[in-house]
Amino acid sequence: MSVTDDATDAARLVGYGLRPRQLPARDLDYAELVIRYVEDEDFAGLVKAVAEGFEMRVLAVTKPTGIVLAPREESVFALKFDEYAKRSAMTGRSADKVIHGLAHLAIAALAFPRPDDLANDTYVGVVTVEDVDAVIREACRVLEERAKEAEENNDPLDTAPDLERAWRAYARRPSATATKDNRLASNSTRGMVTKAVRFLVEQGFLMQRAKDTTGTYLTAPKYQVQVRELAATAAFRELLDMEVISITPPSGTLHPSALQHEPRTSTAAQDPTDISDTDGFSDSSVAQPRTALTFDTGLLLEETD
Amino acid sequence: MSEAGGEDAQTRGTLDDAMSRRLKAFACTAPLHDLDARKTRLDFADAGIYQMAEIGLKIIDEVTIAMDFDGGSGYEHVVTRATPFVAAQAPDRIGEEHTLVARWVLDNLINVGLQNREFTSTYGTFNARGLYEKRVWSFRLLEQAFNADGDIYLRATDEAINVLVGALDTDVESAQEAAETKLSNLISRGRLTDARLAAEQARWRTVQYAEQLRRKLDATRRDVRTVDWLHEVPDLIEAALTHIEGRYRAEHAILANITATRDDASDPARKRQAAELVDIVKECLRRHVTLQTRLQEAYASFRAEQDRQQFSGEVRKATVDLFGQLLEPVLGLPLQDAARVTGAFFAAGTGVQSRSATRVMDLAYLLLTPTAERDDLGEALPDIELMPVSVPDVFDEFMWEQADELLSVDTIPRRLSGLLAQARSLDPELPHLIALRALHAYGPDLTTAARQGDNRVLVSVGDGTPLTDPEFGGTDLLVAYAPVSLTAAEPAFEIDESARVHAGKAGAERSLTRVEDDATARTGDVSEPHLSLRGGQP
Repeated sequence: MSVTDDATDAARLVGYGLRPRQLPARDLDYAELVIRYVEDEDFAGLVKAVAEGFEMRVLAVTKPTGIVLAPREESVFALKFDEYAKRSAMTGRSADKVIHGLAHLAIAALAFPRPDDLANDTYVGVVTVEDVDAVIREACRVLEERAKEAEENNDPLDTAPDLERAWRAYARRPSATATKDNRLASNSTRGMVTKAVRFLVEQGFLMQRAKDTTGTYLTAPKYQVQVRELAATAAFRELLDMEVISITPPSGTLHPSALQHEPRTSTAAQDPTDISDTDGFSDSSVAQPRTALTFDTGLLLEETD
Repeated sequence: MSEAGGEDAQTRGTLDDAMSRRLKAFACTAPLHDLDARKTRLDFADAGIYQMAEIGLKIIDEVTIAMDFDGGSGYEHVVTRATPFVAAQAPDRIGEEHTLVARWVLDNLINVGLQNREFTSTYGTFNARGLYEKRVWSFRLLEQAFNADGDIYLRATDEAINVLVGALDTDVESAQEAAETKLSNLISRGRLTDARLAAEQARWRTVQYAEQLRRKLDATRRDVRTVDWLHEVPDLIEAALTHIEGRYRAEHAILANITATRDDASDPARKRQAAELVDIVKECLRRHVTLQTRLQEAYASFRAEQDRQQFSGEVRKATVDLFGQLLEPVLGLPLQDAARVTGAFFAAGTGVQSRSATRVMDLAYLLLTPTAERDDLGEALPDIELMPVSVPDVFDEFMWEQADELLSVDTIPRRLSGLLAQARSLDPELPHLIALRALHAYGPDLTTAARQGDNRVLVSVGDGTPLTDPEFGGTDLLVAYAPVSLTAAEPAFEIDESARVHAGKAGAERSLTRVEDDATARTGDVSEPHLSLRGGQP
């Protein structure tokens, strides 16, 4: 095969990656290219080079996922947030942006509730719009209770609305409001989550079960890769940069005393246990059910051993 | 000294808390007051007759009572339920208006006008350094939510329930006790109206318990670790069970009591009250049973969820814990910081976006295709340039000029008949204008003329000579320009005060005396001139 043919094939594989709903399982040519990528190192290098030319990274090329591409910010294939949510009222602009982002984050969090689910390639997450909204609201409620316990006043100053806490902005936004013709208003949180879910379906990240009318969506393997390899880490890095969370040693942060007094610090990305979660709810963790606690500790031991 | 200062600050802090709480409670009632304040401005009805705050409370009642574990009233249902109450306030008005009023109140309670559906109020507090600062508190009274079938229904918020029950910042259990004691007292004393109120309050407490439990169970279903099943929920379940036990006993006693009252009562009003109370108490009992069933299932569902969530699979690879390490910390951040994280996640988590580009060939075909005939829509309407509407002048500018010329008689007055004849020779329409101007000159507004700085004014006077003209009839007026001066220094004309005041009122009262001796102008007998259009007929 000549160099030009190889280049054509490599570009064709990248081209498949640009059609988000195309899968190797449904296309023989695509499947062959994927196999070639896995087996032929030179070809893999060529594909990466082509992608690089378009300012994209190749996240994964496997049979279930197909080729997963991640455009860099400057790439023509990158989606700008403003294109995603153009219209929004001037007053709630920054809140809108965060709520849209939270919807995406929560879809991922609900699809992969435990780190294990995100790591397990065969895991298929289940998402409904209702649950996504509920997950965020529940987290907001916990934060609200914690704030109440700490006797903080969380009403924002009328001069600095941007200092309002994200949970509060979300909790304040109505979950569902009806428009005049009794449809779901797009500026309610459910409306925004619905938008996010539909968008992810368009992108081939979520799939609806055949003949499903309950609004349940399943995750595509591609979504798992995208979230695991890129999105989660990118967001996590931002949090680290802001020093909201810090990397903890592999031994973990779960000490008997830590359960009582540890301020909100999370375990590192390297630490796969659920402890961070327990930790995240440090206030309520004082009164965790015993079963859950021993389970977590057991896990930790198993892991550090 | 510093100690005293600290104490002072502390006292102020405590006071401040109570103050904010009261201000917030106070703010909750504002939307209801606001309804009454704005009712007069409604355009669909003269709504002054309605007590909007009452209707508002009635609607909140309806919504609260219908609230269940996972459902409630739909919008239309609430409107239907509230309309009879509205109708009772103004039985004379038509039914359509009652519905409109109910809708208006409901819309305002949901606050449909705002994107957030929120009421906001600003209140002041002292911060840690003792400085006064203003904070925004926002709340809702009724909110819309989805039920399992995907229909939108209404729920009353805690704020609304608190406003309604009127027991702000009170302990649920003790309020329950109080309500119960009150209820049995009232029944024993035969005060059924109050007894009904107390029974309704007891029902709201039950609804609140149910709501609390529902939230806890929902949270557990999502993540068992977020709910405290060691103390909090068992306590809640314990309290709720005690509540149910107590209520069950009390309500059965009450039920027996009121049923007796109902059957014994001879006064129909009382009989009806008692019957209503029986219904409420039965409803309470039904609710207690539902709550109890849920309470019994609670532990089982906790165990099932724990099994499902905790004992499934094992960890394989190191990854980020999306909820604990990302979502939850982000929610705790201020908006501007949170936007950075969600932005990063969004940018990295959305994948590729391929824009559809137009092919040149497609474009060429598109441009070459003749535009489709659109017969069914008809021709496009031409944009008509519309001029602003103006009242057309009866007499054009040229005619006014001609009239001016004709009327520019000197101090020597001319007869109207002469002027008309001359005008007719110029233009057949002109005599009409001349006649009108002459008539107008009969009562000239001298003050205005003087103020405008006109040095002369057209004056016409009648001396009784009949007008002979083919078109007009009446008095043959004398028309002349008279110099105007309000100061007596230039007494060309001396205008009687009455001429200004009674101008045109009665000819006999006015006199215009030329100081110069002029026989034609001297008018001893000034009669009311009249001019009538004969329309060409003699």
